[in-house]
Amino acid sequence: MTDRDSNSLSPTTPTTGIAVEVHDLTVAYHRKPVLWDVDVSFPVGSLAAIVGPNGAGKSTLLKSILGLLPIASGRVEVFGKSLSQVRDLVAYVPQRESVDWEFPVSVFDVVLMGRYGRLGWFRRPAKADRDAAAAALHSVGMSDFRDRQISQLSGGQQQRVFLARALAQDATLYLMDEPFAGVDAATEQSILEVLRALQQQGRTVIAVHHDLQTVRSYFDFVAMLNLHLVAAGPIETAFSADNLKRTYGGRLTLLDEVTEAVRRGGTLPRSP
Amino acid sequence: MNDFLRLITLQDANTRTVLLGTGSLGLAAGVIGALAVLRRRALVGDALAHAALPGVCVAFLVFRERSLPLFLLGALVFGVLGVLTMNAIRRFTRIKEDAAIAIVLGSFFGLGIMLSGMIQRLPSGNRAGLDSFLFGKAAGMVHADLLISAAACILALLGVAALYKELKLVGFDREFAGSLGWPVGFLDLTLMALLAIVTVVGLPAVGVVLMAALLIIPGVTAKFWTDRLAPHLALAGLFGMLSGLLGSALSAVLPSPNSSMSRGFPTGPLIVLVAGTLFVGSLLFAPRRGLVARWRTARLLQQHIDDEHLLRDLYELQEAGTPASLSTLAERRTWRTGSLHAALRRALTNADVTDRNAVITLTASGLTRAVRVIRSHRLWELYLHEHAGVAPDHVDRDADLIEHFITPNLLAKFEAQLALGDADPLRTGAALGVPLSLHPPGENAR
Repeated sequence: MTDRDSNSLSPTTPTTGIAVEVHDLTVAYHRKPVLWDVDVSFPVGSLAAIVGPNGAGKSTLLKSILGLLPIASGRVEVFGKSLSQVRDLVAYVPQRESVDWEFPVSVFDVVLMGRYGRLGWFRRPAKADRDAAAAALHSVGMSDFRDRQISQLSGGQQQRVFLARALAQDATLYLMDEPFAGVDAATEQSILEVLRALQQQGRTVIAVHHDLQTVRSYFDFVAMLNLHLVAAGPIETAFSADNLKRTYGGRLTLLDEVTEAVRRGGTLPRSP
Repeated sequence: MNDFLRLITLQDANTRTVLLGTGSLGLAAGVIGALAVLRRRALVGDALAHAALPGVCVAFLVFRERSLPLFLLGALVFGVLGVLTMNAIRRFTRIKEDAAIAIVLGSFFGLGIMLSGMIQRLPSGNRAGLDSFLFGKAAGMVHADLLISAAACILALLGVAALYKELKLVGFDREFAGSLGWPVGFLDLTLMALLAIVTVVGLPAVGVVLMAALLIIPGVTAKFWTDRLAPHLALAGLFGMLSGLLGSALSAVLPSPNSSMSRGFPTGPLIVLVAGTLFVGSLLFAPRRGLVARWRTARLLQQHIDDEHLLRDLYELQEAGTPASLSTLAERRTWRTGSLHAALRRALTNADVTDRNAVITLTASGLTRAVRVIRSHRLWELYLHEHAGVAPDHVDRDADLIEHFITPNLLAKFEAQLALGDADPLRTGAALGVPLSLHPPGENAR
């Protein structure tokens, strides 16, 4: 799983400092805020988890970093630059359910899509791209499935294909939306190995994660989210019982009540 | 018959024009429609086509002449207006897409029917030829119309060829495409524009009512034949082209349904009927994905399972020293009606069993096969029990479902994993080298 060339990071890629800086970010769907005033920095080389209850805005945070959603206010910087300047350094693994797996493409076709970002308009993938895709498929142990139609895959295999597509991007920052969701134990371990290999090569991984039991053993950095940022930092300090309680509820704070009011909608004060 | 001969030998210049027009239209509609179906935008074509009708009427009312370019322009303007309305409804209300499509499609179409009724009453109204926009009349195509239609179709196909990679990416995974920096909205809009162009030029030949069917059916039909995008699009184009050609050919030879309509049967229904026939044919007879092929596969599998059950039952009866007859076999498990008889017949034909005085006995070859079946069954049981943590009393039922799928290759792997050596308890002590079951003989009977 670690046969990717660890020297493949380009010399201009930063190896220290901040990978992603989210500054006072507020995102709204139909004027209803789904993330407000989120202020968080992910250090370069971290293997970071974003945790929080359902509807806390975890996926929204990832998509905002990727520029997929309109930002109401605030800004996002990747390696100290705006996303459009460093887009080739960023890879994304969306949620498995976000696509139609009946789409008429093969496993290899999907992995090859990881190369489309650097291809540009009208250009077709070249041999180098095919080789990179084949290597990525190999590193997630899915080479035997290369010509399968994607609907014939199990959930865990689908997740590996998505991971391979991101690996084919050969990026420096990996943003993953629930890479462990709905996979079997063996796949979970092999995905974890891939993530750790990425980290050892100096790459940064930020993953939305839903299993609180494994946060501590899988990750070294955590951002805890519930519409607003509850805490962020190294696992040892940030992933505390107190912060968990504040993220997932329990005692109702005034902030939680506001959160609830926003969720229900309609009760927001209207401007005259 | 004479008409038909003239038609297929393409003697008539007008026939050539019509066939070229409907053929190229079908090709483009098949390809673009297939992409729209994959992008889940198929019904946008339906809304667009229906919404285009008032545009044709307004074009006639404004310019007071029958001119295809002007009609198509009107159709395009109103079609796009309809789609924009639909998007606005979806965006600013909680109304879902299907309802939004129905609202727009119905209202615009109703307006179009009302306007065309008004035009028919005008002194110049008959010359408008609006009736052909309802159900299509390819026979009305003249050479200039053909040029417009063919040019639009070639443009649309070139668009798809140039943007193949991009459309594939956005079609499969919109968010990922966005994360790579591709302008997803623009690409979607491009596909919709191509869809709008093909839809609008298809209206004179196919009509507003059925245009969506020509867009949707070929793409869905292609799905029965392939699971790769490029052949999928090529086949959709082929099916669309065949529909266009055969449908318009049929309309030329069929008599007109009523005398008030000008010469020829409306083309739209015939084109769509051809497309529908190709769909039904594929649904039934396509290799592997067609219903017949799938039914055959399921039947063969069921027969295979019945055959193995029979062999196993015969062996176990023999093991217990009970003579096997039809009635003892029938008691051992629930056979579907006639399936025991059929399995016995196959076994007799195969010379796996003999039937002497209603006593059924395994032959030498039957015994070899039975041993293999039983070995699969018992190894799988053992594997489930030892490695998959299935409780012994659950083992037999699970083994029964899976064992028929165990290939010799898998069997070898089981043996390796279960580390069966010479001191193998499953091998030693068993009659004829057949492994012992986890269960005493006869317990498998249900």
